[in-house]
Amino acid sequence: MAVRASDYPPPFAACDYVAEPTDPVDERIEVGVLVVGAGPAGLACAIRFGQLLEEHPHVAERLGDVPLAVVEKGKSPGSHLLSGAVINPRSLRRLFRDRYRIEDLPSYGPVEGEAVYVLTRRNALRIPAPPPMRNHGNWLFSLSLLGRWLAERAEESGAMVLPETTADKLLVSHGRVVGIRTGDKGRRRDGEPSGNFEPGADLVAKVTVLAEGTQGHLTGVALDHFGLRSDAPQVWELGVKEVWRVAKPLRSIVHTMGWPLRTSARYREFGGSFIYPMGEDLLTIGMVVGLDYRDVELSAHDVLQELKTHPKIAKLLDGGERIAWGAKTIPSGGYYSLPRRLHAPGLLLCGDGVGMVNVPRLKGIHYAIESGRLAAEAAFAALQPGATPATALAGYDEAVDASFIRDDLYEVRDMRQVFGRGFFIGGALASAMTVSKGRLAIGKLRAEPDAEQPLLRSNRASSYPAPDGRLTFDKLSSVFLSGNKTRDDQPNHLRIQRTVPVEVAQLWVSMCPARVYELGAEAGDGTVTVEVAPSNCVQCGAITAKGGRLTPPEGGSGPEYTNT
Amino acid sequence: MKIAVCVKHVPEGHSRIDPASKRLDRSGEGALNHFDANAVEEALRLKGDADTEVVVVTVGPAKAADSLRKALAMGADRAVLVSDEAAAGSDLVATSAILAKTLERENADLVLFGQQASDADGAVLWAAVAERLRRPVVSQAAELTLSDGSLRVKRQTEFGYDVIESPLPAVVAVSDAINEPRYPSLKGIMGAKKKPFDTLSLADVGVDASQAGDAGSKTEVLSLGEPPSRGDARKIEDSGGSAAQAIVDFLAEKRVL
Amino acid sequence: MSVLVFVEHHGDELQKGSLGVLAKAATLGDDTVAALLVGGGVRALASEVGSYGAGRVYVLESDELEPPTPQPRVDAIAKLVQEHGFENVLFANSVLAADIAAALAARLDAGLNWDLTDITSDFVGKRPALQDSIVVDVGWRTTPRLALFRAGSFDAAATSNGEPHVEDVTVDFEEHSRAAKVVSQEQEQAGGPSIEDADIIVAGGRGLGAPENFTLAEELARALGGAVGATRAVVDAGWYPYAAQIGQTGKVVSPKLYVALGISGAIQHKVGMQSSNVIVAINKDPNAPIFEFSDLGVVGDVHEIVPKLTELVQQRKAS
Repeated sequence: MAVRASDYPPPFAACDYVAEPTDPVDERIEVGVLVVGAGPAGLACAIRFGQLLEEHPHVAERLGDVPLAVVEKGKSPGSHLLSGAVINPRSLRRLFRDRYRIEDLPSYGPVEGEAVYVLTRRNALRIPAPPPMRNHGNWLFSLSLLGRWLAERAEESGAMVLPETTADKLLVSHGRVVGIRTGDKGRRRDGEPSGNFEPGADLVAKVTVLAEGTQGHLTGVALDHFGLRSDAPQVWELGVKEVWRVAKPLRSIVHTMGWPLRTSARYREFGGSFIYPMGEDLLTIGMVVGLDYRDVELSAHDVLQELKTHPKIAKLLDGGERIAWGAKTIPSGGYYSLPRRLHAPGLLLCGDGVGMVNVPRLKGIHYAIESGRLAAEAAFAALQPGATPATALAGYDEAVDASFIRDDLYEVRDMRQVFGRGFFIGGALASAMTVSKGRLAIGKLRAEPDAEQPLLRSNRASSYPAPDGRLTFDKLSSVFLSGNKTRDDQPNHLRIQRTVPVEVAQLWVSMCPARVYELGAEAGDGTVTVEVAPSNCVQCGAITAKGGRLTPPEGGSGPEYTNT
Repeated sequence: MKIAVCVKHVPEGHSRIDPASKRLDRSGEGALNHFDANAVEEALRLKGDADTEVVVVTVGPAKAADSLRKALAMGADRAVLVSDEAAAGSDLVATSAILAKTLERENADLVLFGQQASDADGAVLWAAVAERLRRPVVSQAAELTLSDGSLRVKRQTEFGYDVIESPLPAVVAVSDAINEPRYPSLKGIMGAKKKPFDTLSLADVGVDASQAGDAGSKTEVLSLGEPPSRGDARKIEDSGGSAAQAIVDFLAEKRVL
Repeated sequence: MSVLVFVEHHGDELQKGSLGVLAKAATLGDDTVAALLVGGGVRALASEVGSYGAGRVYVLESDELEPPTPQPRVDAIAKLVQEHGFENVLFANSVLAADIAAALAARLDAGLNWDLTDITSDFVGKRPALQDSIVVDVGWRTTPRLALFRAGSFDAAATSNGEPHVEDVTVDFEEHSRAAKVVSQEQEQAGGPSIEDADIIVAGGRGLGAPENFTLAEELARALGGAVGATRAVVDAGWYPYAAQIGQTGKVVSPKLYVALGISGAIQHKVGMQSSNVIVAINKDPNAPIFEFSDLGVVGDVHEIVPKLTELVQQRKAS
């Protein structure tokens, strides 16, 4: 009987993270609109809201000292942002209208050329870019850098950005979301307060916008609490990437498929790699792997290291230096996995947190930005004198439904699922779907949750290169390059069952790109204790997909990305 | 009473030296030097609830304001940023001159520094500043108490503890053993944005451009060299218990035993 | 090229670091090297200072100045520089010396380069930077040149020179220099040095195998007169307290000797100890990264090597 990670669910209950406000009323911190997450969605929301307040100052007056606040769990905006990224500029143009042109943003320029390769161990076969992967008109960015820039614009437009602040609990009163409770700081590993303990605070708002990104903590809590989850479960990819200083600039963007991922349907290794130029002397290289894989020895971190040993790729990196590393999951369930509704009383949901990602095009940032923009307009409408908040917030759903977000996601709705049938069949089906612009659908395929995949072991690890410290590296060196210097003496933020069958333990050990999990003592009955080093965690979210649960650690913890 | 705390905004993440200027690349993210957080914390403890003003001061680029805001969020009352193109690249002599002039304007009873800067650029600034202010200086304070017009410091030395007394006004550098800096509360962070914040130029504090920056520095970086070699690194295997003696011989050779 | 070296002492013992700088000073030119001693009963040490390389010893003898307060010493050195035109003033790093050197720089508007590990005879200083991953050449644009050397940069060198010329110094102290007073000094022999101050650290990692085995590290540390450190992994596992953690998220140390027992040498640990003067590593795994940056790497079993090592150290110290 096959072992599944889902048989060992984590000790986690969403209801533990929903509460009434507990601070005395006059101690609660009040803001007009509260945005959780200083990523592209949250900052677009803040910027758009600021534009609206500028046009309608009378609304600003009614919102008090802080019309809009953005809380961010990372050290600063950008610290937890990671993507490729090739961005479709349409949302940024809509957001900034006449104030900024794309050229004014910190980018690496428009995409100049692109190539798609199918790799084998030694060769690279160039194929014409399949239609969804054509990037003419798109622009190259570091999402982390863009996030920093957007945060500055948000502050200029009047938003208060509060980094190192986690949204720990959803404050709900009389069925309505009234804000968040921020996380405590200064607890020790055993949970006890240390000398400089600072408790969290109730941060209340008229409208709360959750823009937490992939595996958003309160987003997951809200979806459960308000019964918003779709029938089709969400599934994820794990992306791992590096930034390199290189001797020769790259001019085109490159995507690869095939090696080192295995093509047989048995393994369910869906994904590919990307290599993007970052100006004259930098490039970024990353590997994306679907988390519905089955082999307990699959390590996305090490598959990326393996990828770099391909002769064509090693040549690109020759004479270069790895200067950054990071990892993050990408929701890939697409249209069918979107929640039933994107709003609840007092609440709006945006971006990657609810799965607005077009997997075949590898695009999600411009949907996040547009959803943030629409959320701002809905929140603004809800705050008008005489408005019915419920109607106004429902207007957000309508706006998203009428937007290109919905249109694009609908067009590619089945594409991810077919790759579960293997690379070649999947590829053919996907191309057929694209060519027909989504009209050739194969019916609503139900994806299984990643954690329900039956596990197997096939000596996958034998192909990973031994780290040489120049081209290939070990996980701890990578964690170091993510800028992670998380305070050690704090409670463990990762929820997993600690004693599990060795296959499940090995699954987690290999899966985690930051070496958080290690095999501990064996019990003799086929189970093993899982040892956890939570301060390595870069909060990629993979554990939640594969049977555990990531919750936010103390604010300011985790990676400090600067150019990912 | 007024307490001034001198703080520094230091580069975060991976430091590198900018090959052009041969100085630390400060273009990336930065943060409040964590030793200075101890100094801010000590000032706040000394303040308690009394009618004491805590002013935080720094000389740096515009983004050094972030570190000042962090100190304001912790509870400091006012911030002063001396930011001037001409001050970039100042060495100890130049920086201490700028800081001293700035502190003269404040006329604080007590000036606090953190023990060292994590970027190792501003080490020992306190003694130079104290000299320019013509005030007594005590460093490595592990405990600090104030009483009527004087202070008492307990400092750890290699041999034990010294207790030092001095009249105010004085300059004290605190060690990181003195306290555990507080986390700013959310209220503190939000309130920080409204606290008084002055940005001054060199002219505002009465320092001539020729006394600051590279022009005012008496030291210079000549070139970047190779990494220091670990000399004759050796690797041996323990066979039949020989390693222990080999180690002892090695330690004796290196004169650490 | 006239050179003045500030020589520190504790009780009737001259500080080795100062003597090392004195030896270096003697190589920098033909002029006689001068030294300054300040404190109670220091005239008695002048002869010894001479035997370590000073041709001329200035003595400011005063019981009141025995406690290590920096500011009166600044007055003394400033006077000597002004009167005798010393072009270079050298210090061996210590808390006291660092305070003096910095204040002196402000007093004389002179350039101070610190954390130096060497200096050439044409006065180019060598200074490690970026956690010792690089060495930078630094210079002075004016004289006097003030130089503060990292402790242990040079070895003392006894010479066969005759007695030095000893001269008493009288100083008019600045008012602010005498304001801070040492009220009491307590000697403490509390269980070994703290990690931050220790000259020798013995650190244990997962290779020790079990928490009980930390006694190996403790006994070796005791024999060597050092402190005990631990890696993040073992602190995480509860084998040793967080106060002993060395590394990126623990303490950063640079002792004269760092002995790593069963430590693999992941970069998070490396950045906490890589600027130690001498690094000895014992690990079973011949490919452990720590061997790439240790001065002596020993591939072997800590459980077999360390007890023997401890015994040999104890014997050697007893003899």
